[in-house]
Amino acid sequence: MKAFTYERARTPAEAASAAAKDPTARFIAGGTNLLDLMKLEIETPRRLIDVNGLRLDKIEATKDGGLRIGALVRNTDLAADKRVRKDYGVLSRALLAGASGQLRNKATTAGNLLQRTRCPYFYDTNMPCNKRTPGAGCSAIGGFTRSHAVLGTSEACIATHPSDMAVAMRVLDASVETVKPDGVTRSIPIADFHRLPGNTPHVETALTPGELITAVTLPKPVGGMHAYHKVRDRASYAFALVSVATILHKDGSGRVALGGVAHKPWRVEAADSALPQGIKSVSELLLAGAKTTSQNAFKLTLAERALGAAMAQARS
Amino acid sequence: MADTEDLSLSRRDLMAAGAASAAIAGAPATASAATPDAPHLAQVTFKVNGQKRSLTLDTRTTLLDALREHLRLTGTKKGCDHGQCGACTVIVDGRRINSCLSLAVMHEGDEITTIEGLGAPDKLHPLQAAFIKHDGYQCGYCTPGQICSAKAVLDEIKAGVPSHVTADLTDALKVTAEELRERMSGNICRCGAYSNIVEAIGEVAGGLSKGEMA
Ligand SMILES: Cc1cc2nc3c(=O)[nH]c(=O)nc-3n(C[C@H](O)[C@H](O)[C@H](O)COP(=O)(O)OP(=O)(O)OC[C@H]3O[C@@H](n4cnc5c(N)ncnc54)[C@H](O)[C@@H]3O)c2cc1C
Ligand code: SF4
Ligand code: FES
Ligand code: FES
Repeated sequence: MKAFTYERARTPAEAASAAAKDPTARFIAGGTNLLDLMKLEIETPRRLIDVNGLRLDKIEATKDGGLRIGALVRNTDLAADKRVRKDYGVLSRALLAGASGQLRNKATTAGNLLQRTRCPYFYDTNMPCNKRTPGAGCSAIGGFTRSHAVLGTSEACIATHPSDMAVAMRVLDASVETVKPDGVTRSIPIADFHRLPGNTPHVETALTPGELITAVTLPKPVGGMHAYHKVRDRASYAFALVSVATILHKDGSGRVALGGVAHKPWRVEAADSALPQGIKSVSELLLAGAKTTSQNAFKLTLAERALGAAMAQARS
Repeated sequence: MADTEDLSLSRRDLMAAGAASAAIAGAPATASAATPDAPHLAQVTFKVNGQKRSLTLDTRTTLLDALREHLRLTGTKKGCDHGQCGACTVIVDGRRINSCLSLAVMHEGDEITTIEGLGAPDKLHPLQAAFIKHDGYQCGYCTPGQICSAKAVLDEIKAGVPSHVTADLTDALKVTAEELRERMSGNICRCGAYSNIVEAIGEVAGGLSKGEMA
């Protein structure tokens, strides 16, 4: 690990402006992703700004009947919150399907959204990777691709976003609230928050340098039956190969998003509208334009079946 | 209490080294300014097993290394050092965490409990006794992490924190073997003592019937 200075930020605006002044600075929240990457020197910040003391750890009701989840709310607390369990079950379920009890106790709402890919070549500093070193090339393309993306990929990167929580946030139409270094705040719809890799796979989100996430807001509950179905190589404590978040209503309408298949949670409006027509039509629309390799083509079949399982689960 | 004796490079040594090089080369009298890769030191005070400890540490020191290398509390184990095995599990302010993925300097004022704080050979914690009774280990390397985790798992169930296998998110929680297995999944046992671990925890929880153990 590279040496770094450590400081505790006192206000969100102060944290953002400190980070903007120093391109080698990083915020640290739970540290469960950042420290892992720092040990491998994939991340090499020279200045760590601890945001744990910013009092962004509350879950509050919003004026329009939704919930405002502080950026520092731990994954355990969010999953266990009574309002979330009752009205946003898909979010509780997605959180509880991720990582381990120990990790969820530390992991934060913002840190979870910003966790980086688990592409094995991204983790192997001996191999070229456009995400680590822009322009170096992608070792996954033509390499071992079983875990990689099948949708929204580019010639530069075929990595997936590993978060379970983000898939539920996508199906719930959450928005990400931020403060910029100049003190200006904004709200970014979750659909626009994570980016596709394109030619700049190292630019993963809509955040600008120094911009701090202060909260994630959920609109008022939409009702319906919620389910999160995650398929992985072991029954617990493993990342998704494919996951499905869904909310279904009695009349057959609903929403669906996929995890484990793209650089961001994958949701297609036309697929949502096709829900009353059944799984076949939905998965055709969701998976349209997929680009697979012989090693990850199984994800298409798996996604269709996981969709069926999630819908059955929601109805049960 | 100052615990700087254990540091390979104490703050005083660094200051002295800085002063010496300053005298020779006119360099600034702090170690960190000497080269960009020089360690940055910071002070932290927390309670470990009820005892107040103050350390001056390289900011890079994980809580795990602070406990093992600086405080010589070697009960907590380092398995993977990357959050993947649970051997380093300790309890901080009542919640279990992986001490390998947490910086020591981020624990100012925290109360940390390690396996040494849960029980002692002449006064075992009920979970320690149950692990012995049920053979909840073979080599024992994962055991301190398993037991710290198990202690927190029972508290989490009491506090109503649901799990991935909880059938109804709005119902009261039950202690079942399925629940224990899922909640303990962050603790890997390379010897595969899992079924005995679940039996040991189940006995302490008092809620598992023989049938539920299967
Ligand atoms: C073994 C293992 C298994 C895992 N399994 C899963 C899994 O199955 N599913 C899953 O979804 N996740 C899994 N995870 C990932 C885990 O969910 C993330 O590590 C965690 O959510 C990150 O949150 P954090 O608060 O610790 O982030 P940190 O590590 O503190 O930060 C992550 C990034 O976010 C930035 N950041 C943090 N807070 C802010 C803020 N407020 N504003 C702007 N930037 C910020 C940091 O600068 C850093 O770049 C696993 C992790 C491990 C180690
Ligand atoms: S898929 Fe993306 S993250 Fe993986 S090696 Fe290629 S560029 Fe790097
Ligand atoms: S040593 Fe911390 S999880 Fe393995
Ligand atoms: S007892 Fe050997 S690793 Fe668990």
